[in-house]
Amino acid sequence: MNQTLLQLDGLSKSYPGVIANDHVSFKIGSGEIHALLGENGAGKSTLVKMIYGLVRPDTGRMQLGGQSFAPSEPRAARAAGIAMVFQHFSLFEALSVAENIALGMEKPPKSSALSMQITKVSHTYGLPLDPERLVGDLSAGERQRVEIIRCLLQDPKLLIMDEPTSVLTPQEVTTLFTTLRKLKSEGTSILYISHKLEEIRTLCETATILRNGKKVATCDPRENSARQLAEMMVGATLNYAKARTVKLGEVILKASNLSLPPQSAFGTSLKNISFQLHKGEVLGIGGVAGNGQDELLACLSGEVLTSPNAIQLNGNNVGHLTPNLRRALGILAAPEERLGHAAAPDMDLTENSMLTAMVRKKLSSAGFLNWKQAREFAQRVIDEFDVRTPGPQSVARSLSGGNLQKFVIGREVLQDPNVLIVNQPTWGVDAAAAAAIRQSLLDLASKGAAVIVISQDLDELMEISTRFAALNTGKLSEIQSMAKFSLDEIGLLLGGADAAG
Amino acid sequence: MLRVEKRPSPSKTWGYLAPILAVIATMIGGGMMFALLGKDPFEAIRIIFYDPLFSEFAWYYRPQLLIKGAPLILIAIGLSMGFRAGVWNIGAEGQYIIGALFGAGFALAVYPTESVFIFPSMIILGALGGFLWAMIPAILKTKFGTNEILVSLMLVYVAEQLLASMSLGLMKNPEGFGFPGSRNLQQYASAHNAELWIGSGVHMGVVFGLIAVIFAYVMLARHQLGFHIRLTGESPKAARFAGVNPNRLIIFCLGSSGALAGLAGLFEIAGPSGQVNIDFNVGYGFTAIIVAFLGRLNPFGIMLAGLLMALTYIGGEIAQSSLGLPSAAIQAFQGMLLFFLLAVDLLTNFKIKWAKTEIIV
Amino acid sequence: MDLSAISPTLLVASLMVASTPILLASIGELVVEKSGVLNLGVEGMMITGAICGFAAAVLTGSPMIGFVCAALGGATISLVFAVLTQYFLSNQVATGLALTLFGLGLSAMLGQSYVGIKPPTTYKLDLPLISDVPILGPILFSHDFTVYAALALVLGVWWFLKYTRRGLILRAVGESHDAAHALGYKVVRVRVLAIMFGGACAGLGGAALSLVRVPQWTEGMTAGSGWIALAIVVFASWKPERILLGAYLFGGVAVLQLNLQAAGVSIPVEYLSMSPYLITIIVLVAMSANRAKSALNAPAALGRVFHASR
Repeated sequence: MNQTLLQLDGLSKSYPGVIANDHVSFKIGSGEIHALLGENGAGKSTLVKMIYGLVRPDTGRMQLGGQSFAPSEPRAARAAGIAMVFQHFSLFEALSVAENIALGMEKPPKSSALSMQITKVSHTYGLPLDPERLVGDLSAGERQRVEIIRCLLQDPKLLIMDEPTSVLTPQEVTTLFTTLRKLKSEGTSILYISHKLEEIRTLCETATILRNGKKVATCDPRENSARQLAEMMVGATLNYAKARTVKLGEVILKASNLSLPPQSAFGTSLKNISFQLHKGEVLGIGGVAGNGQDELLACLSGEVLTSPNAIQLNGNNVGHLTPNLRRALGILAAPEERLGHAAAPDMDLTENSMLTAMVRKKLSSAGFLNWKQAREFAQRVIDEFDVRTPGPQSVARSLSGGNLQKFVIGREVLQDPNVLIVNQPTWGVDAAAAAAIRQSLLDLASKGAAVIVISQDLDELMEISTRFAALNTGKLSEIQSMAKFSLDEIGLLLGGADAAG
Repeated sequence: MLRVEKRPSPSKTWGYLAPILAVIATMIGGGMMFALLGKDPFEAIRIIFYDPLFSEFAWYYRPQLLIKGAPLILIAIGLSMGFRAGVWNIGAEGQYIIGALFGAGFALAVYPTESVFIFPSMIILGALGGFLWAMIPAILKTKFGTNEILVSLMLVYVAEQLLASMSLGLMKNPEGFGFPGSRNLQQYASAHNAELWIGSGVHMGVVFGLIAVIFAYVMLARHQLGFHIRLTGESPKAARFAGVNPNRLIIFCLGSSGALAGLAGLFEIAGPSGQVNIDFNVGYGFTAIIVAFLGRLNPFGIMLAGLLMALTYIGGEIAQSSLGLPSAAIQAFQGMLLFFLLAVDLLTNFKIKWAKTEIIV
Repeated sequence: MDLSAISPTLLVASLMVASTPILLASIGELVVEKSGVLNLGVEGMMITGAICGFAAAVLTGSPMIGFVCAALGGATISLVFAVLTQYFLSNQVATGLALTLFGLGLSAMLGQSYVGIKPPTTYKLDLPLISDVPILGPILFSHDFTVYAALALVLGVWWFLKYTRRGLILRAVGESHDAAHALGYKVVRVRVLAIMFGGACAGLGGAALSLVRVPQWTEGMTAGSGWIALAIVVFASWKPERILLGAYLFGGVAVLQLNLQAAGVSIPVEYLSMSPYLITIIVLVAMSANRAKSALNAPAALGRVFHASR
């Protein structure tokens, strides 16, 4: 490693009830790809926001190129040569690519000159982009290019990338890595935040591992196995969900030529989706965000109605039925967005149980609600799914992501569904809770229910799916047995290739 | 620096304290406003808040409290359900007028027949009038997604013109010597919304107001519909997931608030006001918005808030005659109350702390 | 009834004057909404501006000072809204309503002693020869200066939003406050400034009403103009150039119905007076019916509360 570019010295930041960072120190060298590894909630984001000037540390110092560095705002950080590619939240859908890029620059040139620069940089780094297109019309991978080009136009000394591959197909990841290696060879340092171990082992030469806000170690990831890294990250030996061999039962749910027009200006349409779901199986549906996952779940849960025969349960048309009528038949769902979709943030857990369990748990009679029973059911979910909370009177948003997700999944599982559809069941959830959730889905399937897991996490799908299909631009690939796939083949499917092998 | 921080769950204590604090702050702010107008602020506040209840003439003002409070409470109960669900009916004033016109129109048409069925029919027609007027924004919203705030408000002006047209034309008193305005319903026994006990201020509107409060309370706390209303307000997406049909909810919220506003208008025109006339509506439909918020959209809170607001109306009238306080000062005073209430609401959902280094807001 | 008394030239000329108040108010509200804030208090800010401008003009004898005070009055009262929604994180719909209710009360109180007074006359363009050219003269060259000022303001806002960096930042804040915050833009500051600009414009619109259009002070004289201004922003699908079209359309309806009243058309006065409000509703419905097109321009963060955490 050559000379130090950025040095962090005892950075601490606490929020009420949480210590986000506790005396974190490490160095990033010039031209180094440095990984910042940790679970959700380990304090990676807060640390990076301090470097980028979005959050000020309570204590501690930073040095950039030997000079004291304390950015009061992102503008100051950018002026000092630090650029950041965000995981989400930093693009404007209704603005053009060029406008988005101009917003990320201190002194953008005139729009025509900027467009030329964008075209030039995008060619140099193999990231093709049209400056005039609206960002809302771009795919996730293309959107990330916008962010990267926005950073590159500033000639940064340090490029921070926050979970950059979470929205990319494996092929897009390869392209990204080529770009990053080229940047490194030109002397740019990269701080690469991720929780994906294999990625870090292929790309990075140094890794700093955070757990509960503290630095656990700085090491060379290539010299450690993924398992060793994972255990440093989690601090315990991991239990993986037990894979099962499954004999497919009879068909319970059938979708035939399910189509849906886009629901909003930048929404995705569903195109002729057909599949058959068998009792006892977990059908994994993979795909990059924004390819129709939310829309598919809404159609299956009944939030969006379709023609009656597009969806059939045991041979009966259900496509026209509302969510509660479907619940009565045993079709339950858990959407991706925990707060604000699966649960109402400011309502307590009793009220949130009422939200979906009213029909199957008979929590109402003649329209009048039985709050006592609802509270008992909420308590049962809390007990059986190990939801850490003072009790059913807590409001949903006071729970941590993992605990709320356990509540949401538990609420549906304990209603004994015949079909359960979940979208991103473990997104942003700590490893222990994720393992528990996956296990509960497998248990449900082994009791004879059919489960659909929509997820962007390929490792998760490979772990629990019986069969697999990919969703790409609203089209579903042919379903195949999971065992037949390699990661590469899945990648091709996610990218829209018709069938693997 | 002051720092604002979201509470893990809304504070119950502040939920109750906030309206009280807002009233106190308004007394101080209003007092300053009165002082600027050259009036003694302490005397003005005493006249507005104390005299109507405890002065020498309180026997006259206390019934007025119910008479002025009833329409405010009736309208605000209806509005509060919509406000909870994020359905903004701003046009209660128009629904109030149309309800009154429907009921009074019927009475004037059958005049001078006397029958026990006349008043009940007027009540039904009053509610129907308000309901239908509110269905215009409701249907436009559900069919085309048109903004209900602007449509319901525009309809207030339309209703006012209709009222003017009626009082100068169709409903004008044929024996009124050419003056605008209809026959006085107070002099038409079958149509008169009389006090149930003389001098008590209790007329049918007060009774209906009380029923509405209890009904709304039970519905919000115990019934599925009330739960769905609260859920939709908290999180529309979660409500959809729970199986709420948003269109039906919009129709219900606008329809019920329209019907209640129509009832309020009917009881007013058949009772305290008596006459279809250009100046019949005095802004109850707008003041009820303040009442709904001041009562924290809670039915019993709204009852108290309605009485408090009626107090400021009566106190304002007294202050007008004894201090020469302009009548508009009370309107400004009520607006100020809503500002302060919205400001102190922050304390319910957020904590304010002294922070050393960082500014979050 | 004598419809021939209505001259098309004078009609166009007077609709330009009639629409100036709502034009001013709606171009201001457009900027506010583009920054992601829904301020329903336009009516309240307008009427506050109307009385502030009127009182100042009467007291000083200078309409110019009147307009300055109207803008200041509108901006000041909008600051209350700005503080409540941006710092106290209150609900924008409720706060906007409060602003309207408060503004109506406050203006009526301030205006007590100004009822029935005639304000000083404002400067009117009067170019020898040019202003007397038939048709074009009355339409283009003989208006009150507020008419030209309002047109210039629309042009200015259009240029600002389309071509300047600050305009781009304002649109970005209205599109996604989280993204703008992450890039280091001061969301709250941008919005407070936008709200105050909107307040000043609404104030000017109010003064255009009380000093030029009517010109007189009466309680509640805005009579829904502020709400119509809000509707025009929707009609214009958040495009400045279409604000002009919308305001002139509504001004045209208002003037036409007044002319019809004067001409003694057999429709009762009350029904003619209703027409601007009914037309507003019809236009709103027409706009919302083909929402897919106009929604693209609606600021995505419109009306949402911004609170930066973590």
